[in-house]
Amino acid sequence: MAVTTMAKALNAALRRALESDDRVLLMGEDIGKLGGVFRITDGLQKDFGESRVIDSPLAESGILGTAVGLAMRGFRPVVEIQFDGFVYPAFDQIVSQVAKHHARSSGATRMPITIRIPYGGGIGAVEHHSESPEAYFAHTAGLRVISPSNPFDAFVMLQQAVASDDPVVFLEPKRRYWDKGEVDVDADLASAMSPYRARILRDGTSATVACYGPMVRTCLEAATAAETDGVSLEVIDLRSVSPLDVPTVVASVRRTGRLVVVHEASVFLGVGAELAARVTEECFYSLEAPVLRVGGYHTPYPPSKLEEDYLPDLDRVLDAVDRALAF
Amino acid sequence: MTADGGPELVQLLTPEGERVHHPEYDVDLTPEELRGLYRDLVLVRRIDAEATALQRQGELGLWAQLLGQEAAQVGSGRALRPDDYAFPTYREHGVAWTRGVQPLSLLGLFRGVTNGGWDPRERNFALYTIVIGDQCLHAVGYAMGIQRDGAEQAVICYFGDGATSQGDVNEAFVFSAVYNAPVVFFCQNNQWAISEPLERQTRIPLYQRAQGFGFPGIRVDGNDVLAVLAVTQAALAAAREGQGPTLIEAFTYRMGAHTTSDDPTRYRVAADLEAWKLKDPIERVKVHLARTGMADAAFFSSVEAEAEELAVHLRDGCRALPEPPPTSMFDHVYAEPHPLVSAERAEFERYHAQFAGGAS
Repeated sequence: MAVTTMAKALNAALRRALESDDRVLLMGEDIGKLGGVFRITDGLQKDFGESRVIDSPLAESGILGTAVGLAMRGFRPVVEIQFDGFVYPAFDQIVSQVAKHHARSSGATRMPITIRIPYGGGIGAVEHHSESPEAYFAHTAGLRVISPSNPFDAFVMLQQAVASDDPVVFLEPKRRYWDKGEVDVDADLASAMSPYRARILRDGTSATVACYGPMVRTCLEAATAAETDGVSLEVIDLRSVSPLDVPTVVASVRRTGRLVVVHEASVFLGVGAELAARVTEECFYSLEAPVLRVGGYHTPYPPSKLEEDYLPDLDRVLDAVDRALAF
Repeated sequence: MTADGGPELVQLLTPEGERVHHPEYDVDLTPEELRGLYRDLVLVRRIDAEATALQRQGELGLWAQLLGQEAAQVGSGRALRPDDYAFPTYREHGVAWTRGVQPLSLLGLFRGVTNGGWDPRERNFALYTIVIGDQCLHAVGYAMGIQRDGAEQAVICYFGDGATSQGDVNEAFVFSAVYNAPVVFFCQNNQWAISEPLERQTRIPLYQRAQGFGFPGIRVDGNDVLAVLAVTQAALAAAREGQGPTLIEAFTYRMGAHTTSDDPTRYRVAADLEAWKLKDPIERVKVHLARTGMADAAFFSSVEAEAEELAVHLRDGCRALPEPPPTSMFDHVYAEPHPLVSAERAEFERYHAQFAGGAS
């Protein structure tokens, strides 16, 4: 067990993936000598060569499109999109090809492609560097969408994504890259928790707070603050957006009677909306209050001087909890 | 741009059936091989005509015709080795024929019984790609895989003149060039992207685009099966030998409509069609075979008879294509179990089980 950052845990996961399967390839912009703009691939090209850690031309659709061809040849590409807001040039290849190839070929052609995307705000970046595009991908059948919230999950879930025979959009909460946590670098993947299962990080009785990625830390801090007011929050790290582990959330809401869903992405037609609908369908009579959502607004991601007003924080989470409790 | 393809056009068999020579490209075919190409051309045209008829009869929802492009497809397809890999658009029925893909399996997509139709691994022939240009990047990725496997194989990627405006096609050019990938870009310039003439896609001859990307471009008479064969063989050999990509512009003409849903009389003049009829890809081979005595009347009628047999096979087979069971839409969405798809499948079955007979 070692204490390390999420960035280093992701790097270690990629190294293990490259070591354990020689069909694994990394491809992306600046991932070679530079090690990626966030240094997630630091040192990997030096150790595994330019043939397996590939600096690509500056073209996102090209990265995804060639990954499809490499997958058809039996490779297992792990591609890096430099920032969330730059994934859209590749949207057609992801939605029309990566997601649909397996079904179109009646299972003959698998697409074991991992699409790593640093996402979310909170780092004072310029436009297009702080977005949360998960709903676009979750809405597309054929894709899996997961996001770790801590270094250990980052280490395990990225390896699980690479090992998956389905395409996985792997969303890395970039503002948590430098958060530290304990990582068991010898963790056995076979016995690891499924990346598609939610994890209850804190038991509580007053209300359930469901979140993922960068908002997990925010929600855990909110739960600690609430405790001093005698409010006991159950915090669930969803970990996966598609598939969504609804049973774990429903079981929690049956106990607490209240649910607040928190994410950075705008609430309109977001993960919170889906979760609210499903929880309402499955445990309507357990609910003491409507499911409430805390998230971004229906605006473009604002200039960074305003991002603190846009992003959910501890106070906005607690405000929603108060409203749910007062209902 | 010249309507006849200009002086740079590689040609080995004139529209009049006269065998001519080119300083760089040639083929040396036996009479049997030449007769084989003729047979390919006739059968491919018959497949296309039958599928068009099946659409008119309501048996297919749509058909993308290749009429006029038989030589471009047969010539390039026959240049491939079995272990080379081809990435088609949705119009490469002639290439499919040369790869040994069952013609009947091409109809499933257009009849609406599948989104695919064959196992791409069996004949190294990818599934049809409908989004314009997407497959060019797949071809380059596959070629990058060949490089990493150290294999002596090549990839051919098909696309049209309209596709040359797509970002993905240009990105494919860039990736293939910087990685020196073993891929041949085979552009069938049939002069029309649905209703838009070539002038809406380019100011320069398409083959000249290659220069800007740093690899050779060649314009070949797309209605000359021998020239297409020669040029494609050379490009594939160069790719296999590590010389990287080539762009081939097969200068041809879409004699039919874009698809059976299209009406070309709204946007092009009949005179063009008449001019191109004189350059028919099949007639010139027939004249050449007859004039040189490489084929007799009995041969031509045997090919006609075979074409008719194939048409009957397609007609009967099309109507007999099994409709997929409704629950099959839930199959293969994911390679590994997915709780949402499983739940929705169960819900679908529950819903239909309420009615007599169920759905399955």
